[in-house]
Amino acid sequence: MATEQRVLLAGFAEGEALVLEAPISFWGGVDAASGDIIDQRHPQAGSSVAGRVLVMPHGKGSSSASSVLAECLRLGTGPAAIVLDHGDEILLAGALVAGELYDRACPIVVVPSIAEFESGRRYRVDADGVRSVV
Amino acid sequence: MLAGEETGAEQIAMRILVAVAEALGARELLDISGAHIDSCLFHGMAGLDFAERLVAEGGRVAVPTTLNVTSLDLLHPELHRGDTEHAAEATRLVAAYEALGGRATWTCAPYQLEQRPAFGDQVAWGESNAIVFANSVLGARTERYGDFTDICAAITGRAPAAGLHLDAGRRGGIIFELVDVPDEVIASDALYPVLGHLIGYEAGQRVPVIVGLESATEDQLKALGAGAASSGAVAMFHAVGITPEAPTLEAALGGAAEVPTVTVTAEDLIRARDDLSTVPNGPLGAVALGTPHASAAELERVARLFGSHQVAATVECSINTGRDVLASSSAGDALLEAGVEIVTDTCTYLKPIMSVEPGQVMMTDSAKWAYYAPSNIGAQVVFGSTEDCVASAIAGEITRSDRWWDGN
Repeated sequence: MATEQRVLLAGFAEGEALVLEAPISFWGGVDAASGDIIDQRHPQAGSSVAGRVLVMPHGKGSSSASSVLAECLRLGTGPAAIVLDHGDEILLAGALVAGELYDRACPIVVVPSIAEFESGRRYRVDADGVRSVV
Repeated sequence: MLAGEETGAEQIAMRILVAVAEALGARELLDISGAHIDSCLFHGMAGLDFAERLVAEGGRVAVPTTLNVTSLDLLHPELHRGDTEHAAEATRLVAAYEALGGRATWTCAPYQLEQRPAFGDQVAWGESNAIVFANSVLGARTERYGDFTDICAAITGRAPAAGLHLDAGRRGGIIFELVDVPDEVIASDALYPVLGHLIGYEAGQRVPVIVGLESATEDQLKALGAGAASSGAVAMFHAVGITPEAPTLEAALGGAAEVPTVTVTAEDLIRARDDLSTVPNGPLGAVALGTPHASAAELERVARLFGSHQVAATVECSINTGRDVLASSSAGDALLEAGVEIVTDTCTYLKPIMSVEPGQVMMTDSAKWAYYAPSNIGAQVVFGSTEDCVASAIAGEITRSDRWWDGN
């Protein structure tokens, strides 16, 4: 599995996974002050992305998602890492700028399938990719 | 590439752009002829810190660059009802992007400006509705850029040679076929935002191809794209026989085989319409029009729908538009006489502009507004056609005339 992963933004992180059933736009979808999901149409509205290994199929929606992700990372309400089925340059830009300004980037990894990830399980991200921690 | 006589801002911009290019799998960068910047809308200190860092490091755009909405109505500052701290920060952000060389257009519909990209032009646009319009309707080429990447591309004049910049990325990947949809539905303006909302959920990151529309105006395609880019990640669509890269289904697919087809019936459209409303009905507090920014034709149409009628005293009715469009329109006075609030430079689903009493609902003709207003301003939303929105604003209560919504 690890050989097929693609690290979009390298870094080290460890945390409990939050596996989203549907993609989300950080702008209009996540409250930067708390990290809570506020998109009322999202099946997991009310969950928090803060400190989690955030697993979702891909990003969606607003171009402003970059700014909101960067603001979450600045405030410490952002995810510890992001794991995606498909690359997403909007999320990547947000993480890159948080790294550039505050040295607080979150690593981003693209995996062949997010189906095997489970919410609540612990995962570790490093330069090789993401794997579960027993 | 990173060394030499470049300014610090150029180095930062190139560093970010190269990282984005690698993530997209681009092997090189290509030249762009213009940019549209979404990053000028205030979302917190991170965006402001980045913009002011670029200014301090000598940043300057290398290509003609337009600026998206802000969180302020710069022409009508009395409409700002938020706290002054954020107004001060939003004003600093506006100043920073002007200092970087962006044109003070303050619109989410840069495709309504006199100078807009031509077919085949390579550009770097932020703002999800503008991206999908540029690719689909103009035939210009931009990836789905977010904040920060947009200004980095503008400063370097470059973009990754990947994705929607290349022929291969523009091929249709999923077909939406309208089947047994009644003519009166096809002829309705409200079809387009509803269809966009439906497509966004189903398309994922694929380029949707729509089969079954006979003709559409730019305003209708705008509404479709904005809906699809809100419920989903759509950055380009083809409408066969309508959009420039889809004279035929075969052309839209570009030779791709095994493309799945989703059938869209009147029942599917009614379901998608219902999903846009958070409540079926309720006491009307406000009517929000002009998301994305109203075109000159849309301003005139709304003025015509009001005729000699006025917005009811209990309702706040606003329409967002770009300052350039407003300056070129003769409908402004008629709208003001009808009691419509004209908002420029921003959008009413951003916090500080509109307010209603607790328990009141807001009505809109926009899928994008309906999608974002509940989480952004806590609104309960009822979606309706433009005609019904205007009729409701006049009546002071939610009014529906379009029978097909009831499935009749």
